[in-house]
Amino acid sequence: MTSHDVVVVGGGGAGLRAAIAIVQADPRLNVAIVSKVYPMRSHTVSAEGGAAAVIAADDSLDEHAYDTVSGSDWLCDQDAVEAFVAEAPGELLQLEHWGCPWSRMPDGEVAVRAFGGMKKMRTWFAADKTGFHLLHTLFQTSLQYEQITRYDEWYVTRLLVDENRVYGVVAIELATGRIQAVTGRAVVLCTGGCGRVFPFTTNGNIKTGDGMALAYRAGAPLKDMEFIQYHPTGLPFTGILITEAARAEGGWLLNKDGYRYLQDYDLGTPSPTPVLRSMELGPRDRVSQAFVHEQEKGRTVDTPYGPVVYLDLRHLGAKVIDTKLPFVRELCLQYERIDPVHELIPVRPVQHYMMGGVHTDIDGATGLPGLYAAGEVACVSINGANRLGSNSLPELLVFGRRAGIAAAEFAATGNTDPGPAVRAQAADERRRLERDLLARRDGRERIADIRTEMQHTMEGSAGIYRDAASLVKGADKLRELRERFGKATVEDASRTFNTELVAALELEFMLDVAETMVACALCRQESRGAHQRTDFRGRDDERFLTHSLVFLDRAGSPRVEYLPVTITRWPPAERVYGR
Amino acid sequence: MPDTITLQVARYRPDTDAAPTMQEYVVPLRQEWAVLDGLNYIKDQLDGTLSFRWSCRMGICGSCGMTVDGDPALTCGTFLADYAPGPVRVEPLANFPVIRDLVVGIDDFMRKLPKVKPWLVREDEPGVADVEFLQTPPQLDEYQQYSMCINCMLCYAACPVYAIEPDFLGPAAIALAQRYNLDSRDQGAHQRMDVLATAEGVWACTYVGECTSACPKGVDPAGAIQRYKLTAATRTLRSFLPRGER
Ligand SMILES: Cc1cc2nc3c(=O)[nH]c(=O)nc-3n(C[C@H](O)[C@H](O)[C@H](O)COP(=O)(O)OP(=O)(O)OC[C@H]3O[C@@H](n4cnc5c(N)ncnc54)[C@H](O)[C@@H]3O)c2cc1C
Ligand code: SF4
Ligand code: FES
Repeated sequence: MTSHDVVVVGGGGAGLRAAIAIVQADPRLNVAIVSKVYPMRSHTVSAEGGAAAVIAADDSLDEHAYDTVSGSDWLCDQDAVEAFVAEAPGELLQLEHWGCPWSRMPDGEVAVRAFGGMKKMRTWFAADKTGFHLLHTLFQTSLQYEQITRYDEWYVTRLLVDENRVYGVVAIELATGRIQAVTGRAVVLCTGGCGRVFPFTTNGNIKTGDGMALAYRAGAPLKDMEFIQYHPTGLPFTGILITEAARAEGGWLLNKDGYRYLQDYDLGTPSPTPVLRSMELGPRDRVSQAFVHEQEKGRTVDTPYGPVVYLDLRHLGAKVIDTKLPFVRELCLQYERIDPVHELIPVRPVQHYMMGGVHTDIDGATGLPGLYAAGEVACVSINGANRLGSNSLPELLVFGRRAGIAAAEFAATGNTDPGPAVRAQAADERRRLERDLLARRDGRERIADIRTEMQHTMEGSAGIYRDAASLVKGADKLRELRERFGKATVEDASRTFNTELVAALELEFMLDVAETMVACALCRQESRGAHQRTDFRGRDDERFLTHSLVFLDRAGSPRVEYLPVTITRWPPAERVYGR
Repeated sequence: MPDTITLQVARYRPDTDAAPTMQEYVVPLRQEWAVLDGLNYIKDQLDGTLSFRWSCRMGICGSCGMTVDGDPALTCGTFLADYAPGPVRVEPLANFPVIRDLVVGIDDFMRKLPKVKPWLVREDEPGVADVEFLQTPPQLDEYQQYSMCINCMLCYAACPVYAIEPDFLGPAAIALAQRYNLDSRDQGAHQRMDVLATAEGVWACTYVGECTSACPKGVDPAGAIQRYKLTAATRTLRSFLPRGER
């Protein structure tokens, strides 16, 4: 057992920002970062387009807030949004002072670009590798703090909880197979999203919802789990993202007839140059839903990897593409063998982001004392029913910092150290891992087969459009898969870097997360943002202007309750784009 | 194109194997499949015990570096069809200790990294000022190439100096130091000099240039090293001159 003042789980953007905030808030505190991959491998690295924060003279915090609130279909908490837009500019400037290579205007000031659902140009960018630069800047900056101890490639399997308080985690050191408790007076979960619950996703292999399941099992509720974002432009087969910045720079979406079909879906009228909050710069939920209708009308193109439409960047020319979107060109050349300077890019909607997550307040505190969460794993909520592109990177900075500071305060005041019950729990967990998972060679099924079935179940039952029948079927199937998981095999009995064991633990976490998604989606009998019920069309503010909160009940099933949405200055209204 | 291809994969389980061995697997050969897709097919369909690292599958997280047919490569950006009809050899990256199968230990690099102070050093502590440090596009161009490193370790695997001189800081760490030295906002170049202008720093490099050819992100670590040698040489000369003439 090793102990620290605060344990941060996850070394992505949120985790690194939280860790730095903790040691800056109180330099006497000693912080652990426990991460299943080296921090610079975290999926923040793949973010391309940019980070939104008001900086331009013609922009205002209220406009950023309004875009976010209307983008969320009024399901966000407006106090959280107000804090977010107010602190985002300072965070991006802080990143600048730490060395982030933001793209610049000729006079040396930071440049901003347009983004979907945003009425002003306010998205800061580092070409189209924003997340990569942001993550490496944070990671490299964190290296100068001696108070930060890293546990790189340690996989967290459980939160340690005693008398309704969190005292740390149990983790496996992958290189050696050692199972050990890492304790702390506060824990900050920054484990990212859960895209791998779906078969076709922009998310990397590590995004398996671990932190959501860890919190849920420990008794902290998850919030708004039915809101799953599809991004309209993923490359077929791989699911690699083509950033929204491609449309912000002027790219068009064309159906099989070369027609800019978004004009048929109340998103505005086409014009040759991009118009903010209109057409290709509409919000992701609406643009992804339009694709499904085009497909139903037979106006998409069939490929071996599903129906596609086209993203047309040709009219931007090589110079704009090479300076503003070099990674897009690199990815298309490498993974599709096409050159966007001369050819159309085939794209289709792809699971991308999780609006829901561990329920927290505006300071990252969860329902469980000592447990904090920030980043994609958390639901504060500023994203509500639909996140706007480029709001997530600033979110993980603003709320990573807030959660870090709150955890630091909690750790400094709460003087209790873990007692015998915590030690006993850690020993229990070690026994569970050794007995149940490391030695399961007589099972009948592969982990990978169950995972694939789960992913297709989720796409079929909780994809862009859902209804009661598909969701009930999905819930039944997930129950069956959970039973089968209990009998699956783990062929690999080695203690050293056992990635099959990790895959088994990740699958178990994903099954929990998938169940909560389906349960919340079934209970929400309306259509709002990314949650579209074909059997309940239209938003129902009477009944559902409220967050879903899902708890793990004693029988091991999800139990859904509701929590009012906080409205400060923007009463619910119609979402208007392109008009 | 045939519809399958053979992968010869290096296996090593320290708990049971005395030395690494090669194991053959036959996987489907598809136009779109990267070497990584072949490895995932093995893991998911044929043999769950094969261990390797990967995450982003888009050439940006730096996890999936391995030796493919003798050359260091990102397996998510290297395609099976380019090796048809095969077989293709997949081994761990050279010059690193093997932990298991295709997984190598990179602790050495992680220990060296903080030594070059890869963060922005300012003599003035501005706190969070409410304006950015100005930086024009040409000033950004000065260091941008060196900021593209994904820490994939291919350059260390390719470096003949690192192979025999494990104390060598190595290509990526030096390129990263230069990334900050050349950043118009940084004031820490002299602090990095103690580490860079040494026998384990740039002077260990005999300018082979293998690192630059191996780099999948166009970082040109060899160029960074050469450029620093020039800086260091002029600085050293100057330090011998009487004060007024420096
Ligand atoms: C392709 C792509 C492009 C995007 N582009 C943009 C964009 O342009 N703008 C924008 O605002 N947003 C963008 N997003 C969204 C945004 O990048 C993510 O929401 C955000 O980076 C998540 O950061 P995070 O710190 O919460 O999690 P991550 O960066 O995913 O980090 C999670 C961390 O938790 C650790 N972890 C997880 N489970 C465990 C465990 N069991 N034990 C130990 N450690 C664990 C991991 O090792 C990792 O370090 C994009 C997302 C994708 C996928
Ligand atoms: S310099 Fe290039 S090869 Fe070396 S670690 Fe960085 S990206 Fe990889
Ligand atoms: S899997 Fe991320 S670089 Fe290959």
